[in-house]
Amino acid sequence: MAPELGQMSIMLALALAVVQSIAPLVGAMRRDLVLMRLGDSLAVGQLSFVAFAFGALCYAFLISDFSVRVVAENSHTLQPALYKFAGTWGNHEGSMLLWAMILALFGAAVALFGKDLPTTLKARVLSVQGMIGAAFLAFIAFTSNPFDRLAPAPSEGAELNPLLQDPGLAFHPPFLYLGYVGFSMAFSFSVAALIEGRVDSAWARWVRPWALAAWCFLTIGIAMGSIWAYYELGWGGWWYWDPVENASFMPWLVGTALLHCALVVERRQTLVNWTILLGILTFSLSLIGTFLVRSGVLTSVHAFALDPARGVFILAILLGASMGALALYAWRAPALAAGPTFAPVSREGALVLNNIVLMAAAGTVFLGTFYPLLIDVIGDDKISVGPPYFQSTFAPLMLPLLLVMSVGPMLKWRKDQLPAAARKLRTPIILAGGALILASVALKSVLSAVGLALAVWLVAGALAILAQRIRAGAVAFGESARLALSLPGATLGIILGHASMGVCVAGIVAMSAWAKEDVQMLGPGEKLEISGYVFTLEDVSLAAGPNYEAERATFRVMRGGRPAAELVSERRYYPARGVETTEAGIRSNPFVNLYVALGEARDGRHVVRAYVHPLAAFIWIGALGMAAGGAISLTDRRFRLGARIRLDPAPSPARAA
Amino acid sequence: MKRRAFAICVASACAFGPALAVNPDEKLADPTLEARALALSREIRCVVCQNQSIDDSNAPLAADMRVIVRERIAAGDGDAEVKNFLVSRYGNFVLLRPPMRADTWFLWFGPALFLIAGAAGFAAYLRRPAIPASQAVPELSADERRRLEELERRGGA
Repeated sequence: MAPELGQMSIMLALALAVVQSIAPLVGAMRRDLVLMRLGDSLAVGQLSFVAFAFGALCYAFLISDFSVRVVAENSHTLQPALYKFAGTWGNHEGSMLLWAMILALFGAAVALFGKDLPTTLKARVLSVQGMIGAAFLAFIAFTSNPFDRLAPAPSEGAELNPLLQDPGLAFHPPFLYLGYVGFSMAFSFSVAALIEGRVDSAWARWVRPWALAAWCFLTIGIAMGSIWAYYELGWGGWWYWDPVENASFMPWLVGTALLHCALVVERRQTLVNWTILLGILTFSLSLIGTFLVRSGVLTSVHAFALDPARGVFILAILLGASMGALALYAWRAPALAAGPTFAPVSREGALVLNNIVLMAAAGTVFLGTFYPLLIDVIGDDKISVGPPYFQSTFAPLMLPLLLVMSVGPMLKWRKDQLPAAARKLRTPIILAGGALILASVALKSVLSAVGLALAVWLVAGALAILAQRIRAGAVAFGESARLALSLPGATLGIILGHASMGVCVAGIVAMSAWAKEDVQMLGPGEKLEISGYVFTLEDVSLAAGPNYEAERATFRVMRGGRPAAELVSERRYYPARGVETTEAGIRSNPFVNLYVALGEARDGRHVVRAYVHPLAAFIWIGALGMAAGGAISLTDRRFRLGARIRLDPAPSPARAA
Repeated sequence: MKRRAFAICVASACAFGPALAVNPDEKLADPTLEARALALSREIRCVVCQNQSIDDSNAPLAADMRVIVRERIAAGDGDAEVKNFLVSRYGNFVLLRPPMRADTWFLWFGPALFLIAGAAGFAAYLRRPAIPASQAVPELSADERRRLEELERRGGA
């Protein structure tokens, strides 16, 4: 019964979404308050029905209702409850339903929390959200029905792909989708602004927090995926430049550009057109990401849906949304008021430079992802674009970005002088220069030395912002402490975000410069040594989990005769799917990861792969730090102030931020 | 359809097996040569896998290719010669660093072009005629308008 109700809910939600995509828009055109206000109830109604359908699917998974096809194909009675639940979105149909639910959630958020938005703008935003919702609900209803029944129902399910049975991966898709879909807000606001024909700082005050929230979720989602790949795929890599990783990385890059650009609109009412374009592009890239993963056009580790009919449907949504919005942009954007000018050396100028580099970086990832397809289509050759390509193109692009990252926040709006900024950055310049010289001598590798110097530059540059804001050294300590406590969220956010980027860069450089590995056949009691760490295989035993059998190897790691870690690595066999996985044994502290993966057995000995990864954790600490910076920035009063400003005629206090 | 099904099977064999990559018995005795072989095999793609280098892959074919790389290196081939040998056998597809030629020109120079185009666009933008700041700040009137709307709404309720 529940599955049928779920299916009906999807149809009802689709009907509401269709009305939502038309009624408020017409209302805004005719200045009809009733039609415009209808959008609110429709958005909330759409969310209720999609959420009900999603709940019905979760329920089917939790009670192992194998008469539902996706449950039978992706669950098993012995599977732990967490993975029964996560199985809801560990398949094509369920993950699209999650997508639609999150989309409806954002639409309803506008309806419920957008009380202070201009009525016509809100109506138009809701209509655009409704159009996206209608397209995806139609996609689910007509090509990917999650509630398809099986008759007769099998007595046991086929189990969720064991690789996905992992706490890290269980919540990777929801975060990624909160990010992807969150950017639909930037898209809807951009399209609504184009229809409306005007943009002001209130618009930016609305768009920026939503884009920032989406960006935080996407950052966390990408970091989780990377951590998962590191420990689950068993060969110690953390980023593969796989097309599906690229698919999430492109919206992240353009979304990062959008955040910074929206800052300019909010503070200076300029670069409006460009911000709108970024809003459209960010979500278009999210749709491209969805297309890549869902269509299976680039079969990879991640692409587990391989139905061309679905691919064509998503392609149609993608082209409709992005081409439609871009055409509207070409038509309407020139009519938008251009803001005040600024000098090349200014806060705005630095943010534009940030945007140019981030867009070039996103373009590079795009080229690398799609070029093999292009060559395949136009020629008779096949090429591959792998990590070496990105190392030679993407990495150099990051150099100017990272350099300007510490300079930008020190520049004044509108017009500034570089020497003045250099004076404020004296300490970071000295520290980074020192690090460059020391590291070049010690490492004998110019590239690694430059990388480490950049990391120092970013962290020191972020701390310089802090020092400037709390007037460290210029006033008494107590006064500085008081200033520090009253720093606005946005300032804390930029300090934490930029410093975290430095931490992340340090981790990346350390991983590429100092990671060491070895692979040996080991029997019990035998050992291998990597950079001073001695890994001894203590013993191998058999173990049983709820739905798998495992060989479990225990390792003792010693350094300089003193114990450093006990590691346990498993080779698991999941009989329901006949799949083997590796669970790497990892001891992680901020400064070094000790990593060991058990391989297959031969003549009583095992293939053992061991790694020593200095500073590896910095990569993810940095990524999560960036997300935390974004989250802190979201707490800034100004965002709420912006929404309230029209009730309170007093001007907002000018802030030095 | 059959080909795709095959590809999926093979891909899952690559990706989902426990990763072993270089097996101990494949390694070259000379550490310098082994380091070269390792660096080289990270630039060679496993032909039956999705986006994995032969160093990462667990497929039997990748193991064969790793052995070929080491054989060629042991026989005194330079890195380029080893790559050429593999390309002659398996095609350009095996190179994770795509070759530079007429049809990959845009792939290699695209990033620099994007950067130049961005800089040129910015330069053009900076040279646009200045708009007096007084004209370009619609904020105040917008606020007034919204306050008016607010008052109307309250008045109407």
